[in-house]
Amino acid sequence: MKDIVSQPWSWYVSGALIGLTVPALLLLGNKHFGISSSLRHICAACLPGKVPFFQYDWKREAWNLFFVAGIVAGAALAVNFLSDNQPVKVSANTVQALADLGIVADGNLAPVSIFNFSNLFTLKGLVFFVIGGFLVGFGTRYAGGCTSGHSIMGLSTLQWSSLVATCCFMAGGFAVVHLIFPWLIKII
Amino acid sequence: MKKINDEFTERAVVHPDQCGAANDQVAAESLVGSNLKYLGMGILFGIIAVKSEIISWYRIQEMFRLHSFHMYGVIGTAVVVGAISVWFIKRFNIKTIQGEKVIFNSKPFHWGNVIGGLMFGLGWGITGACPGPLFAQIGSGLVVVIVTLISAIAGTYAYGVLQNKLPH
Repeated sequence: MKDIVSQPWSWYVSGALIGLTVPALLLLGNKHFGISSSLRHICAACLPGKVPFFQYDWKREAWNLFFVAGIVAGAALAVNFLSDNQPVKVSANTVQALADLGIVADGNLAPVSIFNFSNLFTLKGLVFFVIGGFLVGFGTRYAGGCTSGHSIMGLSTLQWSSLVATCCFMAGGFAVVHLIFPWLIKII
Repeated sequence: MKKINDEFTERAVVHPDQCGAANDQVAAESLVGSNLKYLGMGILFGIIAVKSEIISWYRIQEMFRLHSFHMYGVIGTAVVVGAISVWFIKRFNIKTIQGEKVIFNSKPFHWGNVIGGLMFGLGWGITGACPGPLFAQIGSGLVVVIVTLISAIAGTYAYGVLQNKLPH
């Protein structure tokens, strides 16, 4: 049992468990699966200012903040107690494609050559942390949801707008990897 | 705590507009006690996120390079299981544990789905993380991602300020 848990889980087990989050949250208390909303609630709780978009009773939506706090804790538990400590097996084609960009697949969660504190005040840090993060926060709120709210919750409830949003998420990702990274990585 | 409860019972369910993850429970909830079960759900979700490797920057690269089926399998299975569950809830009128009818909100199309969607897609490709995995990466020990998270909060704030000036 320990072995089964500590290995990486297959796509169908992982996908089924993520899918079950939708009915679990609905039946526990009519909560709608969506994670990017937590970013909005953090704004509403910490710095509402005079912005109408953040003037609402965030305490009523606080379940979402408990949920994301749980994600941080759950991830820490999984890494420390439920892991076989094997590096993520990346496909050979991707390893090669990244090598062509000068990025070594180092077996970590993300390439340490990019994701480390010493890059914080460099161009790399500006692109990967500041601009990347800003696009995630701005884009998800503008789109009205992220991968969880649109792609999983929205598609599960057959929302046309969520299908459009999901296609645009994918288009943006493809554009980064195929059109932007080839020249961007060279100059940062 | 009493005061908060009263506040909740007095209000009809009022959401922030376009709230993506609405709370449609009518029964009163305390700020901490009622929400601990969602902390538990979050812990389970965090464990799944790590074990399925969807929080790996490399897995996202594979997905956008079409080099691996893994992410498509995870998201596709999640949608199918989610849709079947929703169908069951509607078909058999399954109630919440508080005995309330499950509410489904429609998400009407607006141009933010396209423009914001593309912007998020760019951010997803760069950071290798959507909002859930951002939190999970931090929990996994990739502490520098706190900077990404703060920037994402700033992005959400900027959207809130500019909302009325943007096409929807």
